[in-house]
Amino acid sequence: MNKIRKELKVSAIENGTVIDHIPTKSVFQVIRILNLDNIENQVLFSTNLDSKKYGKKGLIKVSDKYFKPEEVNKIALVAPSATLIEIKDYQVRLKKSVEIPKQIFKFVKCVNPNCITNYENITTKFDVSIEDNGDIKLWCKYCDKYTAKDNIVFI
Amino acid sequence: MKNRSLVSINDYTKKEWIILLDLAEKFEKNPRQKILENYVVATLFFEPSTRTRLSFESAATRLGAKIVGFTDSSSSSVKKGESLNDTILTVSNYSDIIVMRHPRDGSARYASEVSPIPIINAGDGANQHPTQTLLDLYSIRKTQGTLDNLNIAFIGDLKYGRTVHSLVIALCEFNTTFHLVSPVELKLPSYVKQHIKNNNLKYYQYTELNEVIPKADILYMTRIQKERFLDPIEYEKVKNAYVLKNSMLEKAKDNLKILHPLPRVNEITIDVDANPKAYYFQQALNGVYVRQALLASILGVK
Repeated sequence: MNKIRKELKVSAIENGTVIDHIPTKSVFQVIRILNLDNIENQVLFSTNLDSKKYGKKGLIKVSDKYFKPEEVNKIALVAPSATLIEIKDYQVRLKKSVEIPKQIFKFVKCVNPNCITNYENITTKFDVSIEDNGDIKLWCKYCDKYTAKDNIVFI
Repeated sequence: MKNRSLVSINDYTKKEWIILLDLAEKFEKNPRQKILENYVVATLFFEPSTRTRLSFESAATRLGAKIVGFTDSSSSSVKKGESLNDTILTVSNYSDIIVMRHPRDGSARYASEVSPIPIINAGDGANQHPTQTLLDLYSIRKTQGTLDNLNIAFIGDLKYGRTVHSLVIALCEFNTTFHLVSPVELKLPSYVKQHIKNNNLKYYQYTELNEVIPKADILYMTRIQKERFLDPIEYEKVKNAYVLKNSMLEKAKDNLKILHPLPRVNEITIDVDANPKAYYFQQALNGVYVRQALLASILGVK
């Protein structure tokens, strides 16, 4: 019974990409980062699904779209546990985890209130580094200041 | 260095710093040479900094260059709402190099990306001020005969002073032993200390100024600003603890020199000025020679 209900919630797609194991609270951020609110493709998303591994999880399905690695790796900032599944003719073609990118452009705001990027129309640029406790932090290429994981604000 | 912007001291290599210091030495011997007569230097001061601007303008003028620019943003099109991008692109039509001071962190890096001509950062917010670091290195080398293996003491506000951070990082290339004297609230940030550790160099931290004087080759004094303290009582407690008086210099080494990025308020008493160990005004003069070396190198005439 449980199994059937689960299948109904997350119906299969013919072609496209399934992004699974997204932390529930990050689903809407992932949608924004990947610009899914501005595309023509069919997008299905779910939050608070039961997950054996994580308790609760979110999931997004995008029909007829495959993402470039640099595109999808952006979501590592909010969903490092996410898995990417590419579907072709209802079959899984490829399954992979997201990787934390070395650099980040555009979609994160610098935490430094005096940074020039917060005053002029400038594309932000960060180098990504990993702290001893495993958290990521972003180094602004303009003002040389670090933005810690908890201070990340998406533009 | 021809046509290369200088935004952060790390944009140039240690070898290039030394080339600049050597060239500055030549300008010190002969500061009036009309080698930049055909050049226009733009000095864009989006916030006032009289000392730095005059030093650059003196350097450029003594080499025969013409100067265009503004002394604060209220007298420029910035007031009308022009973007930094547009100001830089416009001014680059009128000049061969831009010296820029701006209140926002990272503004100089951005300017160097959009500008077709080289940028010299004369201070971007609280971030970088590389020509200060070069003139500090020049002053240390000139007074000590070397940059290597020195005992250098930094005193005062080591937390917020960008000149201190850049100089400490630069000195890590010269096997320096660091003596850091500050109130607990104003200790050197951990990322700068990490830099010292990564280079396997020694540093010692103190809260008392007296202990460090006999050990030092250089005393680098800084101003402690009241607004850095959340609790005004804490400021009152420490404000007199980091003041250098002439009587304190009795046990100092013969070769000791006292440096200060200026402006000084009360952290060095006036009676020190007559002591031959006081070097802060010559230090400011050295800034002119270093900036001459930089302008000539980037414009490709030396």
